[in-house]
Amino acid sequence: MTPTLLSEISVFVLAVFVGFEVISKVPTILHTPLMSGSNAIHGVILVGAMVITASATGPVQDGLGFIAVVLATINVVGGFAVTDRMLEMFKSRQPGGRGPGAPS
Amino acid sequence: MTPVLAGIALLYLLAAVLFIVGLKQLSSPRGARRGNLIAIVGMVIAVAVTIPLLHPTAIGIVLIVLGVAIGAPIGVVGARAVKMTAMPQMVATFNGVGGGAAALVSTVELLRVTGTHAPAVSLGLPVVFSVVIGAVSFAGSGIAFAKLQELMRGTPITYRGQQLANGVLAAAIVVLAILLVVTANPGILLGLLLLSLALGVAFVLPIGGADMPVIISMLNAFTGLAVAGDGFVIQSPVLIVGGTLVGASGTLLTKLMSDAMGRSLANVLFGAFGQVVSGPAAAGAADARPVRAGTAEDIGTLLAYSQRVIIVPGYGLAVAQAQHAARELASLLEQRGVSVEYAIHPVAGRMPGHMNVLLAEANVPYEQLREMDEINDAFKTADVALVVGANDVVNPAARSSPGSPIFGMPILNADQAKTVVFMKRSMRPGFAGIDNELLYDPRTIMLFGDAKDSLVKLAAAVKAA
Repeated sequence: MTPTLLSEISVFVLAVFVGFEVISKVPTILHTPLMSGSNAIHGVILVGAMVITASATGPVQDGLGFIAVVLATINVVGGFAVTDRMLEMFKSRQPGGRGPGAPS
Repeated sequence: MTPVLAGIALLYLLAAVLFIVGLKQLSSPRGARRGNLIAIVGMVIAVAVTIPLLHPTAIGIVLIVLGVAIGAPIGVVGARAVKMTAMPQMVATFNGVGGGAAALVSTVELLRVTGTHAPAVSLGLPVVFSVVIGAVSFAGSGIAFAKLQELMRGTPITYRGQQLANGVLAAAIVVLAILLVVTANPGILLGLLLLSLALGVAFVLPIGGADMPVIISMLNAFTGLAVAGDGFVIQSPVLIVGGTLVGASGTLLTKLMSDAMGRSLANVLFGAFGQVVSGPAAAGAADARPVRAGTAEDIGTLLAYSQRVIIVPGYGLAVAQAQHAARELASLLEQRGVSVEYAIHPVAGRMPGHMNVLLAEANVPYEQLREMDEINDAFKTADVALVVGANDVVNPAARSSPGSPIFGMPILNADQAKTVVFMKRSMRPGFAGIDNELLYDPRTIMLFGDAKDSLVKLAAAVKAA
């Protein structure tokens, strides 16, 4: 096992714990925006799509890489935009800075 | 490592930290919108610092720029143009394309590497993982979209031998996956992709429309894991962190969602199998039973002279765009001294929190929105429960009939109100496709018609009363 792989596995395992920990308490009202927001975060696959398209050899790889870039861009741009649109709905109605999930 | 590369690595780390902070903020009401913006900043950094790392061919540059130029407007227009009611299928779509991209990244990398030498197992394993999971997520999200958009039947689609067929499919995928890791043959890769797409379809078909949010959340976690796998394939820590965060938090969120519906995840996934299909016969019997239909005038008067009215909004209200009409009726009633509250079921609409978004859009005061646990005891003292376009979330079968597909789901106690007014277009069953006894209860009055028209008529009747 190479040192690179070892450090990648460490990062992976730690990220699992962080992922669980970070949303352990979330009100029902935010389930949909949270799903949508995390959906946008996996749009980071755009980075991967760019890397493989840049190093692609031959028309098949070029074509598949291109499709990957398009799909990943839709994921990341659309994901963030739709999440923002959802959360925008809550914005205007927070007198005294109270959030929509705070008990009344 | 040169200083430039070190700087880039640190910026990737910063992006990963911003993803974590963003997610954290997204899970608290106060910081949610800021959380999304923080994640966007992280994403911009991650993409920007990737550019100097690329040593692209001329065609590579063109394809990347063109790809972003095509994808970005599609994403923006899709996100902006979609109706609030169609939000769940939009999220499914964005998730599915991400899964597709994740599968393709591994596919292309394997094709490229096999062009020069036989790939190591440490490459083959994550490639296989990302291809399978990504393709399942892509195809599964497609079916989820079709069901929610009502391009296909929303009810569970089952057939004889389904479990066996799915089992064979899964086994074939495992065999091909092992062969691919050993041989790295492009033909096997293609076969694996196709079978994984088929599995994605087969896996979502038997799941009912009402459970779709849970499935979308699960596929979201899948895509995250596929992206993390790609991170191992192209040795990108930011993909590993970003993907794993979504994979882990998405898994937890999936569990929280099924808990909110009072269901176990296993029940959501496999509940449809072996279920007795009681379609036409049961529905036919139901049609023949008498229901009490009222006029808008009668019900308006009833509302006007009530003390306490609880509105139970459902997806039908959202579809009819009746949020504004509901709010107007509520203000009229309040002016007369009637107490009005909205009872929000955790899965009202099509997703947890969906109804809150829709009512927020109509400027319903936040103080009037009550979560289920908060208001369920209040139905006993309510004069009228006004059920607008909801059905399954007030179906007493969830409490009383163990055979029902929604048995065990927590429901709103609308049946405990003195009078229940159901505003529906027809006697058609709700999204879960099951009959509702409450419609035939002697205390129930039906008001047939489009929710928006009916609410406007009710408001007129209240004014006149």
